[in-house]
Parts: sequence; C-alpha cells; structure tokens
Amino acid sequence: MPRRAKLIPNAVAAKADTTTTASSADSKPGHELLLFEALREGLEEEMERDPRVCVIGEDVGHYGGSYKVTKGLATKFGDLRVLDTPIAENSFTGMGIGASMTGLRPVIEGMNMGFLLLAFNQISNNCGMLHYTSGGQFTIPVVIRGPGGVGRQLGAEHSQRLESYFQSIPGLQMVACSTPCNAKGLMKAAIRSDNPVVLFEHVLLYNLKERIPDEDYVLCLEEAEMVRPGEHVTILTYSRMRYHVMQAAKALINKGYDPEVIDIRSLKPFDLCTIGNSIKKTHRVLIVEECMRTGGIGASLRAAIIDNFWDYLDAPIMCLSSQDVPTPYAGTLEEWTVVQPAQIVAAVEQLCK
Amino acid sequence: MAAASALIKFKFPFRFLLLRRFSESPAEPVTMETSLPFSAHKCDPPPRSVTTSPSELLSFFRNMTVMRRMELAADSLYKAKLVRGFCHLYDGQEAVAVGMEAAITRRDAIITAYRDHCIYVARGGSPFEVFAELMGRRAGCSKGKGGSMHLYKKDASFYGGHGIVGAHAPLGCGIALGQKYSKEGTVTFMIYGDGAANQGQLYESLNMAALWDLPVVLVCENNHYGMGTAEWRASKNPAYYKRADYVPGLKVDGMDVLAVKQACKFAKEHVLQNGPIVLEMDTYRYHGHSMSDPGSTYRTRDEITGVRQDRDPIERVRKLILSLELASPSELKDIEKEVRKETDEAIAKAKESPMPDPSELFTNVYVQSYGAEAFGPDRKEVKADLP
Repeated sequence: MPRRAKLIPNAVAAKADTTTTASSADSKPGHELLLFEALREGLEEEMERDPRVCVIGEDVGHYGGSYKVTKGLATKFGDLRVLDTPIAENSFTGMGIGASMTGLRPVIEGMNMGFLLLAFNQISNNCGMLHYTSGGQFTIPVVIRGPGGVGRQLGAEHSQRLESYFQSIPGLQMVACSTPCNAKGLMKAAIRSDNPVVLFEHVLLYNLKERIPDEDYVLCLEEAEMVRPGEHVTILTYSRMRYHVMQAAKALINKGYDPEVIDIRSLKPFDLCTIGNSIKKTHRVLIVEECMRTGGIGASLRAAIIDNFWDYLDAPIMCLSSQDVPTPYAGTLEEWTVVQPAQIVAAVEQLCK
Repeated sequence: MAAASALIKFKFPFRFLLLRRFSESPAEPVTMETSLPFSAHKCDPPPRSVTTSPSELLSFFRNMTVMRRMELAADSLYKAKLVRGFCHLYDGQEAVAVGMEAAITRRDAIITAYRDHCIYVARGGSPFEVFAELMGRRAGCSKGKGGSMHLYKKDASFYGGHGIVGAHAPLGCGIALGQKYSKEGTVTFMIYGDGAANQGQLYESLNMAALWDLPVVLVCENNHYGMGTAEWRASKNPAYYKRADYVPGLKVDGMDVLAVKQACKFAKEHVLQNGPIVLEMDTYRYHGHSMSDPGSTYRTRDEITGVRQDRDPIERVRKLILSLELASPSELKDIEKEVRKETDEAIAKAKESPMPDPSELFTNVYVQSYGAEAFGPDRKEVKADLP
C-alpha cells in the first residue's frame, strides 16, 4: 500500500529571494538542495514507491541526464526503467504514451523543451485526446518534462517556450516549477496524477538552492503559490520571471508600494480562485511572463480574468511578455527579449498611478 | 491422430482425397497447404502446411460474413447520412482480421489505424456497438465521442482506432514496451498500411523496438493503394516486408485466412524470442479509401472484379468447406441468412438508441482521480485526495 503523504497547500509561504531564509512557523528544519536535485529526489521517491514509474528520454540513463536530473537512477533502477532512447522525439514520446495505455507511468524527458515540438502530434492527438475519444477507457498518466525558456545565449532554437503552443490542447495539464520546493512537490504530483501533465522547468533555475521539508509532501497541481502578500497590485508570474518580479518587488517596496506576488504555477488550468481573491483585494493586475506576447499564457490569463473579475478591476490588465522575435544570440539583445526588473517597476508605477 | 486425420493437398484449383461430414467430428484437425508460399527476408519462413479444424473453418466463414455484412451495411448507412464524417471500410481484407485473431489470445494487443471496424469485431466487439458508434450514439463503444476512426476495446486489448497515418506506430511499440516490462509473455500486433509505410516515425519506432527486443509484430496491410496513390507511385521499394532491413520480414497472402493464421502464429513465437518482425499482408479493399472515394478513378473496375472472383477470402473458405464436405451449401446459406438478420437487428437497435447527453461534452477530458477540485473561480475549499 503506498503511504499517504501530507498535503501542504502553500509550502513556500513568504519567500522573498533565492537564498535560504527561515519561513513560517510550520516548516521543519529540512535539508538544503539545488533545484535539479529536488527534481531528482521527487522522481526517485516516486520510482521507489510505484514500480510502474519509469523514465524515457535521451541520455537519461548512463549519462545521467543532460541537466543531471536523472543522475544515478539508471544504476539504481536498471536500464529498462530509465530508458536511454535514440534521438527520435516523436517516436519515444509516442512510445511513452503507448506504454501508459498499458498501465505504466512514464516520465518523458525532452532534453530541451523545444525538441518536443517534433512530438507535437503525439502530445496533441494521442496524449491529450485518447482519454476522450476512447470514451474513458484509456488513461494516459504520462509526465512530459524538460527545460525550456531563454537561457544564456543558447540561440533561437534552444530558447523555446512551449507553454503557448500547448495551452489549447484539451486533456493536457501544464505546470511550471520555480523553486526546489515546488519542483519536488509538482514532480511528485504530476507522476501521481492520472492525467497527462507537462512540467515546465527552466534552464537557468536548475542551480537554485533552498531548504525543503524532510517529510514526504506533494503539492496540488492546480494551485497557485502566494509568494508575497500585498495590498496595492497583484503581480501574476511563473517560472524564471518570478525572480525578476521579486527583484523588482524589492525596489517597489523601497518606493513605498506593496505588491502581492503570486506564482501561478498551474498554467492549465489557471487557479482562478487564488487569483480572484487577490484581484478582489488589490483591483490591479500585472502579468509578467516569459513566453511570447502573441497567443501566450498572459493572453489567456487576461481573457480569463476579464471574464470572471471584470467588476473588480480599477485599471486595465497589464501584461509584460517576451518580444515576438526569435531569441537572438548576442547577450545584450537577448536581455531585451525578456522582461527585466526595471520594466516591471515602471509598469507597477504606471498601473498604480 | 495425425494418421487418422485427412491429409489434403489443397492447391488452387483444388483436389481432395478424403471426405468427412461436419457433424461427425468438428474438432478433428484438418491439415492443408496455404495457397501461396511465404516469402521471407532474413528469416526462415514457416511451413506452408497449416492445421485447422472444421469448427474453426466454419467460425472463419461466419466471422468473415459478419464483417462483410457489417461493412456493406455501414456503406448504406453512410449513404443514408446516418453515418457522417469519415468511414473507411474493410471489406475484402477480412481474412487479415480473422486469421490474426485465430493465432493469438485476447491478452495480446492489437493496434491499428482508421480501418478498424472489423478488427474491433474480431476482438470480441459486437456490430451493434460499431453501428452505434458510427451513428454517434451513447451506446457506442467510445460513447459516441470517437467515431469511425476511434473504436477501442480495453478489456480485449484492442488499442484502437487512430486517425493520423502512422502516428500509432510509436504507440504500438510503447504497448510492447509495457508488455516487456510486465513480463507477461504477450505481444503486440501493430497494423499499418502501405501508405503509412513511408512515415518516418514507423522506422524510428522500429529502430527502438529492434534495439530493445520489444515484442511487437509490425503488420503491413498492403492493399496496394494509399488512398488514390498506387504503391509503385509512392514507394521506391514496394517490398514492404524487406523495408525493415535489419529486422526479419515475411510476405503473406492476406486473402488466405489460413496463411494469415500461420504467419501470425509464427510471428508471435518469433518476437517472444528475437524481437520485432514485419509481416506484409498482400490484401485488397473493394471499396475506395473511404466513403468519399469512389475507388475507381485510380484503378479499373476489372481489377476489382478480378480480385473478387479469384481471391475473395470468404469465397475461398466457402469452397474449402464445401470441398471438405464440412457443411452443405444450404447450411452455409443459412449461416449467411442468420448473419444478415442479426446485422439488420443490430442496425435497427442502433438507430433507436439515444444520442449522448449534452453533459457528455465535458466528461472524460480529464480523469478526476487526483487533485484538488480547483477548477473555476468559486472553489470554496481545497479538496485533495492523494492515492
């Protein structure tokens, strides 16, 4: 019998920055680790708990994973359970989906999220839709994960953000992790979920260090995280932009503003309850995201907020997204494709005028 | 036993040595040769002599007749606009479905593309469920939400039913991965067409299957036309059983149900020891690619009638049964009448059955098994049930 884990809804209560600080009175001493180690810990615990969990991807086994998320797992669990595939994203994603139809729970790794564009047909048609078109006969409990986002001068093809492409696929759930604590919790939740879940990690966040609880915990997939409660403006963000927002928040606090920062975490479906409660309090919304402006997460979130909370808004919803350009190689240009803290400060000041 | 059983050399046209009445010994083995030899690539072909029994031959006849009737009925229903969208009919190819089923168990998996009505029936589904699904009724096998191209039967290990050409090839290898993982000694038959044989993902999955010795049999139902394109216009090398190069292959006369049974039996034993194998079933479809294709713009009517006269799978089994005197012509006619009646009843029942409830639009999008009831802005409490 798998042991029951305690659900901690807001495991990171009031984290202001990346360094370890004592949080609320509820937290235990815990242990410190880096984000990629937290992912590995979550994955390893789930693999120990359930023999049907397996990993499929390029260089996940003997090499240990290109970002070391699966390091040591092949030695521990064997080559069939941590399967090194040839470079055939479409097919190994399809294989993972087929295996899940027989009852396995594969964790499919895209070495870089951008490569999963090759598997778009499998993710959209087979992964998202098979539960529906089979009238509920088959479930697809896969986790599709990998690092995405704009890194350090990786070039346009390796700086993809796929949230916007996958968000309209029905049947799919999407979550984005941003701290070691929520990375482990979301990884475990995604593996245990019977729905297909895409877990977005970020190339630049793998070396974040944090103290996480010792006990077994699983986070809620559909819930947002309150990073910093406030009164003046609601800032909705996810993944790496959370850190740009917190940097901007420091400057804003010095200027006398009180921003409420929410890491939405669940990109599909949105946690409209937490978001709504915040908007009812602050009446001003700023969305800060890393995906492109056109058809991005921010665009959908704006529509959802307008549909549900129009009466509570005192100002138009502002959305800061990456520019609609392929990510350039030059460092200075790359810096300006994504949202920088200075722009966030300026946006809040304009919103609160 | 073997000496007592009738050994018959069956060649087309046939001659026979010993007569026996069906009512006397329905399970007594009967051995005969397949009509054509197998062509093999990188393996030794199975023997041409196949063992069957009178009851099996009669079941072949009946099952193929059910399938033929069902497909012809689907044709009429489509023309009557009760079936909409796409409808890909399998008549002419019944021997592949029936022969494969005779060689395997219900725990072996089958996955195919969109020409799936008869495979669903071969796996134990009823024509009523097929008709209901084609007409979009809630009693359909996928609750009316899948349609012609999405028939699935989980309890019989039938994994569908897929609309995108070739996209189920990795799924089939994944099912075989699951079978290897669970060590149950079962195999997967992944059926694709001559059109899908040019898809890259087929060869990607074949590579992985061969690399890890996955128990998957790749079955190419070569009906010689990828919609309107003949195989010689689409494939540089139309010998599909050789296309897998490092993986052995076998070419089978797909209109001879006994040859199909022999090949599938051989293939199952092979993959459990040695990893994947490719079977090319040389078969033919009488209808066009789908109901919107008349099927005569890219091939001549003479070709179609020629195949129907010389190679029809049901006629072949009928002649075999009559030559072995396992049943009289009137008994076979009775079977056909019975099948026709059953089919008509199934259609009538399906026509009466209700459409899905509007709330079904939103069911089965997500599995509500784990996670908080967090959808929508007015969630009052966080409810999370962890497994």
